[in-house]
Amino acid sequence: MSAPRELPIATNGDVVVVRQQVRSLAAEIGLSLVDQTKIVTAASELARNALVHAGGGRVLIEVLEGGRRPGLRLVFSDDGPGIPDVDQALTEGWSTAGGLGLGLSGSRRLVDEFDLVSAPGEGTRVTVTKWAR
Amino acid sequence: MERVPILKLGDILIVSIQIDLDDQSVLALQEDLADMVVSSGARGVIIDITAVEIVDSFIGRMFSTIAAMTRMLDAETVVVGMRPAVAITLVELGLSLGGVRTALNLEKGVAMLEHVRGAAG
Repeated sequence: MSAPRELPIATNGDVVVVRQQVRSLAAEIGLSLVDQTKIVTAASELARNALVHAGGGRVLIEVLEGGRRPGLRLVFSDDGPGIPDVDQALTEGWSTAGGLGLGLSGSRRLVDEFDLVSAPGEGTRVTVTKWAR
Repeated sequence: MERVPILKLGDILIVSIQIDLDDQSVLALQEDLADMVVSSGARGVIIDITAVEIVDSFIGRMFSTIAAMTRMLDAETVVVGMRPAVAITLVELGLSLGGVRTALNLEKGVAMLEHVRGAAG
């Protein structure tokens, strides 16, 4: 049982560290190679979102045990400007930062559970979970 | 920031990505490649991603950008060595890498470039 760990997201290098940590835990709990790749890719998108849209943030990485199957939960949070229209932000191709607009909508397809809480001026929190099969 | 080395073999430039790419390294690679295509007069670029464990939307966009950019500079780009898990994840992410040529490995990538040039006369 590993304790939840929090990592900062303040630089491009931090995004790489988040990817590496998520990869190592995903392998540890027995996610398949494809599922490892999916959760690491989602983590990369969400960490970059926090960096680009909010100037940085943090991620809490938690191994979920005790259930039928182990899982990996990642909570990305920032104190940025928040998202005025969450539905719009989740639309494929919608981008405010000149990207491809795949970060949020794409990440949602790569995980088993996806939750986004945000309001203008109150930052953004995205929680994603991937379960071992 | 780590820089990705670019090797020259005849009129082909070979880039083998062996590091965990951060966004700055991605942008630097695009610029270095554009410079080197022009200075070397290369007609083809091969990007080997055999060692790359994930391709997110930023890295995926780099492939499209490099392919479009080198085409304007009279060189074709082929991405080789994509892992199956990466391909599955890219499709679900919603990135189809339109306009980017791919080949299974370096050898097939070189053959593809020769074929493209042969067809172009």
